[in-house]
Amino acid sequence: MEPTDKRKHYLNADYGIRSWLLTLDHKRIALLYLISITLMFLLGSLFAVLIRLELLTPAGDFVQADTYNKLFTMHGIVMIFFFLVPSIPAVFGNFLLPLMIGARDLAFPRLNLMSWYVYMVGAAFTMWAVLTGGVDTGWTFYTPYSTTASHSNVMATAIGIFITGFSSILTGLNFIVTIHTMRAPGLTWFRLPLFVWAHYATSLIMILGTPVIAITIFLVGVERAFHLGIFDPALGGDPILFQHLFWFYSHPAVYIMILPSMGVVSEIITCFARRRIFGYGFIAASSLAIAIFGFLVWGHHMFTSTQSVYAALIFSVLSFAVAIPSAVKVFNWTATLYGGSISFQAPMLFALGFIGLFTIGGLTGLFLAALGLDVHVHDTYFVVAHFHYIMVGGALMGYLGAVHFWWPKITGRMYSEWAARVSAVLVFVGFNLTFFPQFVLGYLGMPRRYHAYPDEFQVLNVMSTTGASILGVGYMVPLCYLIWSLWRGAVAAPNPWRATGLEWQTPSPPPTENFARTPVVTEEAYAYPLKEAELV
Amino acid sequence: MSNVAAHSHVAHQFDDAAQQRRAVTLGMWVFLVTELMMFGGLFTAYVLYRSSFPDAFAAASHHLDATLGAANTLVLLGSSLTMALAVRSSQLGSRGGTVAGLLATIVLGCAFLGVKAYEYAHKFEEGLVPGPHFHFPGAEANHAELFFSLYFAMTGLHALHMVVGAGVLAVLTVMAARGRFSADYHNPVEIGGLYWHFVDIVWIYLFPLLYLLGRH
Repeated sequence: MEPTDKRKHYLNADYGIRSWLLTLDHKRIALLYLISITLMFLLGSLFAVLIRLELLTPAGDFVQADTYNKLFTMHGIVMIFFFLVPSIPAVFGNFLLPLMIGARDLAFPRLNLMSWYVYMVGAAFTMWAVLTGGVDTGWTFYTPYSTTASHSNVMATAIGIFITGFSSILTGLNFIVTIHTMRAPGLTWFRLPLFVWAHYATSLIMILGTPVIAITIFLVGVERAFHLGIFDPALGGDPILFQHLFWFYSHPAVYIMILPSMGVVSEIITCFARRRIFGYGFIAASSLAIAIFGFLVWGHHMFTSTQSVYAALIFSVLSFAVAIPSAVKVFNWTATLYGGSISFQAPMLFALGFIGLFTIGGLTGLFLAALGLDVHVHDTYFVVAHFHYIMVGGALMGYLGAVHFWWPKITGRMYSEWAARVSAVLVFVGFNLTFFPQFVLGYLGMPRRYHAYPDEFQVLNVMSTTGASILGVGYMVPLCYLIWSLWRGAVAAPNPWRATGLEWQTPSPPPTENFARTPVVTEEAYAYPLKEAELV
Repeated sequence: MSNVAAHSHVAHQFDDAAQQRRAVTLGMWVFLVTELMMFGGLFTAYVLYRSSFPDAFAAASHHLDATLGAANTLVLLGSSLTMALAVRSSQLGSRGGTVAGLLATIVLGCAFLGVKAYEYAHKFEEGLVPGPHFHFPGAEANHAELFFSLYFAMTGLHALHMVVGAGVLAVLTVMAARGRFSADYHNPVEIGGLYWHFVDIVWIYLFPLLYLLGRH
């Protein structure tokens, strides 16, 4: 990885394992996160592979019900708490926020490093639970599955998730303070890149929601440990209270996963359409609106949980309301594309894929927000397809877009553009083939979380497993050419995409102190097309 | 780092002391918001079960010692006063005043924890600790057990915050005694004070909810 010009930057500023494990540099901490969450992603994918293998045939021949319960539980827990929630904020938010606002680091570098260690301790507990027999409660930990009914490793997993929550809280806290207090001269709130706005909204959810899941998991833990009855109806407790507390965090957590991707898409779309963003203020405000509305809709997960019809009605209306800020974003991105000089480079392919898949995911969310229809498709593959369209088609597409867009900045190397485009197409095709049949399956009545199913569902399940294989290849290909690029990739220019934004005005990879001189901002974000004189 | 400012207490990522002060203060406020949400989950559970089982909760509440609770409330309010005095002294640059205020706060905090420990021990003797050995002399024992589950969870989490707070104040006391603070730089004492006042305020809500509500 030795660059040819021997310039000092954050990667070669210091060597040795200590210089990484004790680093306070936000860029290095971002890389620590990148490696950790990639490993967790591979683990979560392994569980997905086993699930899809079992579902190839109607009978339970590959694994039995108990094992299958553990597989989908651990797939969900690893992917949500240890990959999707930290993914873009902890890697790209960490790396880019200080660069984008012209700061030397986040406000609290020690807290930042601590958040990574906290994450690792939580991951260690969860890994231990996985290796010593797994957990079978479903990622939602519903009581009494997680209290009286389960004899699997609920405790270790709960402790892992409890601990990891604090890494999320610390990251959110750090981002909020950084965005408030560390902006470069001239960088007013309405000149901030939309990536920063998206992370501000995400951080708000992290600090407001995560403490609630922490205390909820804590209560489940003490209930199991001391045989209390907080959620046990036999002892006067109420299992529905658990669902309320759980979804108070876990619904907003969906927006923790999707909002950062939306920020990424705003950056990529403007750059590869060579146009100013359409409706900057609306996109920025819609991020905050999503964060706020997101806290008021948790009851739509509980339409079939003896909720009063009036509560359900209000939750339903509010859930429809979330569609407004989401649609504002999609329409504004589309309007930005209109009349732009678009080039279809790899990051742009992922961003366009995001818009299409997120739109399908969002629209099917409206089906689920409708009271009557939700009862029909509740706990079926329709729900599974819907949230995978949001979390994988949306959040993960955005994450891959971010990887491809900022890879040259992070590593100072260019990857194979051709291979990257192939992988973008593979991911898009594979994803749709995996999950679109699941909408149909769910509508026809196939319930989620079963290892066996009636024969008539087999064709659609085989399609889904085929798609998952293509998707898997689509994920492995980038792993290969990105690692390859570290040694063989062309050296990246400071601004290979000719993008606006302060992060492109410093060399690739950036020096440890980010900027030789604190930048002064004199214009709004996305001042495309760039004047030739401004190109580095 | 290369660009450490002339004032050693300004961390490298900040331009000046004013920026650091803004960031650190905001950071503590945001942290307190997360704390509020965490306690909020417990308060929600409490409100739900209190409204579901008002009689059992009132009966269970009678087994708490309101006199000790009230005394502890006064102790904690007193500690907030001494904390405020410590912050004021640090702003004025008085090393002795700061150390004295912090020490008094720690002493009062420990007094609170001592009384709390005594109360807990008493509950153990009476068999009012939830779990297999719980024994409640009265109707609706299950619901009374819920009350005591919440009582121990809420006061226990609060006491944990007191212990952490006392630790933080101890560090601040040592720093103050070594003359690390001045009229120009006293931010750590201020945000330590913010935290301490927050923990105090949580108790101001816990005391009436757990000890007083439903008492005749």
